[in-house]
Amino acid sequence: MIKMVHRSSIPLHWRLYEPKYKLVGNKCLKCGESFFPPRNICPNCGRKGALKKIVFSGRGTIYSYTVIRTPLDGFEQQTPYVIGVIKLKEGPKIVGQIVDTEIRDITIGKEVKSVFRKIYDDSPSGLIHYGLKWVVIE
Amino acid sequence: MLGIVGYGAYIPKYRIKTAEIAKIWGKNPKEIEKGLLIKEKSVPGIDEDTITIAVEAGQNALARSGINPKDIGALFIGSESHPYAVKPSGTVVAEALNINRELRLADMEFACKAGTAAMQIILSMVKAGDIKYGMAIGADTSQGRPGDALEYSAAAGGAAFIIGKDPAAIIEDTYSFTTDTPDFWRREGENYPKHGARFTGEPSYFRHIIQATKGLLNKVGRNIEEYDYVVFHQPNGKFPVKAMKYFKVPKEKYLPGLVVDRIGNCYSGSSPIGLTAVLDIANEGDKILLTSYGSGAGSDSFSIIVTKRLKEIRDKAKKTEYYIERKQYISYGVYTKFRKKLKI
Ligand SMILES: [Zn+2]
Repeated sequence: MIKMVHRSSIPLHWRLYEPKYKLVGNKCLKCGESFFPPRNICPNCGRKGALKKIVFSGRGTIYSYTVIRTPLDGFEQQTPYVIGVIKLKEGPKIVGQIVDTEIRDITIGKEVKSVFRKIYDDSPSGLIHYGLKWVVIE
Repeated sequence: MLGIVGYGAYIPKYRIKTAEIAKIWGKNPKEIEKGLLIKEKSVPGIDEDTITIAVEAGQNALARSGINPKDIGALFIGSESHPYAVKPSGTVVAEALNINRELRLADMEFACKAGTAAMQIILSMVKAGDIKYGMAIGADTSQGRPGDALEYSAAAGGAAFIIGKDPAAIIEDTYSFTTDTPDFWRREGENYPKHGARFTGEPSYFRHIIQATKGLLNKVGRNIEEYDYVVFHQPNGKFPVKAMKYFKVPKEKYLPGLVVDRIGNCYSGSSPIGLTAVLDIANEGDKILLTSYGSGAGSDSFSIIVTKRLKEIRDKAKKTEYYIERKQYISYGVYTKFRKKLKI
């Protein structure tokens, strides 16, 4: 499971386009486990593992979630908002915002899909950080 | 034969009713609804903008086309609400859609007709053999000044078209008509547009829609009666209907592409979304006439003929009617928050 990096520098944001925009992770061909974000070495197989880049389907279920009512900097306008742990269809868990869904309709186990959204902007004159969020499938 | 090989629409799920806006400004809701023939308009979520709308519409177009995004050689996005003044929306959209980096790309701007202008450019590039496929998108999250007449209509949504060989709908020909008409503008750094009221309507919308449509009909040598569907730009519910009456187009031919009463004016996405709604239902051999309008001013007119491929592709993505009917109403208070009119 990854920690959501709340604020990232412009170079870091740029380096992570693949995982952030397109859910690119990897899979170990030896043990079959999938990883997001991509790993450098398979934790199960070590050097004997063989990691291959894969694109996740963007489908998953809500593993857990919490409603944020005291926002982080830059998220004031979105309050209240929901942060969920999403279990991807392919296995890995990922933390992300669940949007476009009434809070009362968000429950553990519901199916979600990824959507491309604005995550935050540095400032009115700064870079806009885009990435994936999650919506409950109607 | 060249034309549309994939298409897709996207409309944010939030709606505000005309009556809810009218109430805030002490106007008679019935009068405004009757005047504009708009019941409600779409509102982008707080995390949606032209780029995110273009990505959603583009994903739907890719799904329908079945082509590899790496085969797309050009991307043009038309909008009057590009999130950056300098840094093309297309750069982010291309990265998100995994489009080839050997790519011709620029953002377009021409009020409400930048999307159709993008379609024409892509068509020409494909025709010239410079690219195999290209994607044209019209998308907007337009804003009207609070209390201004445009606040009732300025909405959000977009449509994407992939143009290439072996199309689901042939683009037979296009025709454009452009003049310098001061009906609507927005200066750099200004949040809201201004309109030259005296130039709204006859000298702008009607003149350009009529001239472009007539020019196209003349160019392809057809009468408007030969078309099964007609879509005009829809800044409100009244103007397109009046223009249809001028051309004596019967209701059954224009209602399928008339979406403004339920979602408002999606600017660069307006007539393109109307076209997607028609493509969702049209049959092989059907002829579609599309004419956009952009203030400033100009119109692009398209003659489109549906092929048998359309039936094979249209169920591969969510239809436009799904996005129109998928909705959540919000109050004027939430609307001001979503549109960042609140200073925190
Ligand atoms: Zn392994």
